[in-house]
Amino acid sequence: MSYWEFLSEYGPRLIDGTLVTAAQFFLAAALAIVIALIAGLMKLSPYLPVRAPAVVYIEVFRGTSLLVQLYWIFFVLPLFGVSFDKFTAGFVAVGMNLGAYGAELVRGGIQSVPKGQWEAAYSLSMSPLRRMWRIILPQALLNMLPPWGNLLIELLKGTALVALISVADLMFEARQINGSTYLSAQTFGSALIIYYIFARLIITPFMRWLERVMRRKLGRA
Amino acid sequence: MMDDLTQYPLTLEGADAPMVSFRNVTKRYGSLTVLEGLDLDVAEGEMIAIIGPSGSGKTTVLRMLMLERIQEGVIYVDGKPITHQAKNGKLVPASDRYLRRAREPIGMCFQHFNLFPHMTALQNCMEGPVQVLGMSRRDARERAEDLLEMVGMIDKKDQHPSRLSGGQQQRVAIARALAMRPKVMLFDEVTSALDPEVIGEVTNVIKKLVTEHNLTMLMVTHQMGFARDISDRVCFFYGGRIEEQGKPAELFDNPQRERTQQFLSAVKSAD
Ligand SMILES: Nc1ncnc2c1ncn2[C@@H]1O[C@H](COP(=O)(O)OP(=O)(O)O)[C@@H](O)[C@H]1O
Ligand SMILES: [Mg+2]
Repeated sequence: MSYWEFLSEYGPRLIDGTLVTAAQFFLAAALAIVIALIAGLMKLSPYLPVRAPAVVYIEVFRGTSLLVQLYWIFFVLPLFGVSFDKFTAGFVAVGMNLGAYGAELVRGGIQSVPKGQWEAAYSLSMSPLRRMWRIILPQALLNMLPPWGNLLIELLKGTALVALISVADLMFEARQINGSTYLSAQTFGSALIIYYIFARLIITPFMRWLERVMRRKLGRA
Repeated sequence: MMDDLTQYPLTLEGADAPMVSFRNVTKRYGSLTVLEGLDLDVAEGEMIAIIGPSGSGKTTVLRMLMLERIQEGVIYVDGKPITHQAKNGKLVPASDRYLRRAREPIGMCFQHFNLFPHMTALQNCMEGPVQVLGMSRRDARERAEDLLEMVGMIDKKDQHPSRLSGGQQQRVAIARALAMRPKVMLFDEVTSALDPEVIGEVTNVIKKLVTEHNLTMLMVTHQMGFARDISDRVCFFYGGRIEEQGKPAELFDNPQRERTQQFLSAVKSAD
């Protein structure tokens, strides 16, 4: 079977899988961003009861494997009465895992804003919330964008694990096709190319574009 | 030794009450005592120049008014304690929230300007009035434009700070602080980071404030000529204390203390 024949036969399934991967990616990314923001801000709090949960969360999710976390969320949590369908369990696990890494980026980004900015905002009598939201976060965001680009690519790679709880993503379809055809080179070669295109031709250029737009908005063009 | 807070009044009242009053103020960083038992009253409308060698605590005097907690004593601004608040007729250390509110009548300008880089000059000047004072954008813009006009920066109002020179940034920073209608202004070496040829832009703005407005000002400076020209009183700090203070002409022409004499002649020979 030529590669073209392979594609016309199995291309549609690979595309279906890719769409599921894309959905997993976007949902997990959205969750990761929200979690990163909340946990990152909490970790900077001067109050121990606020800081402690964030520290524990970040330690646990960075210190253990994503696959184990995925299995916990899908197989173990139901034993405690919390159950997700596999699609939800998939992006929740990936989002929570990468959110823990993102929290460190948020914390670092905020800490990289010069102390003088806090002082200037304080000297205008701005409340802590306003200082953070209006003055610090916009600047922190710009500092964080490059590492977030890398993190989102890690997140995309992480979504491949959801195949292991039978979410019908790209990796899952590839494994199925390989199982019935044994055309490993064609199958996994295609998957490789699709993941690569997704990462380098979509995520990376998008992040670069976002950085340019932000830079212009922040007057640092 | 615990500071006995009952020795301090709850408020300062009367027509001659100072606008700013440090009463027996001690500031420490860890075990390092930076200022000890500072007493300093600044009358309404008075311009105080603070001079002294590096590390003598000049910046700390201003930072205690705006940014730092103190360890002993009480600071009053506009008659009210800012470092403490009255509870059941007694002074207790101020909460964060009280402290921030009590500092509302104070504005501050920094050596490195600290403009918000993600906002234009105009937006920098509107931020406080809109976000803190709750002014409408229209009124805030009008006030900001008036002030930018006053500091000679109206032409550059839509520029971000990265497009402005140091002198221009500092003038915008002054306008930003004034937009909050402060009663007290603090200037911490606002010309030290500037190229010599643009220092005049900034000192001229400060001169204008002195002659046209009834602001109370504390200005840390290394420019002795400027301090002499525009201040009502000069305080010479040495080792965390006021070594000598007086009218500029007296202090500069006829310093009484040996350290003052040494400092002034060292500065003169450096010029
Ligand atoms: N945040 C800080 N932590 C520790 N020491 C400080 C801090 N800020 C200032 N100091 C010390 O306090 C002293 C006075 O500093 P400062 O008020 O900045 O002096 P000046 O403005 O007269 O040069 C210096 O010895 C300085 O090292
Ligand atoms: Mg200083």
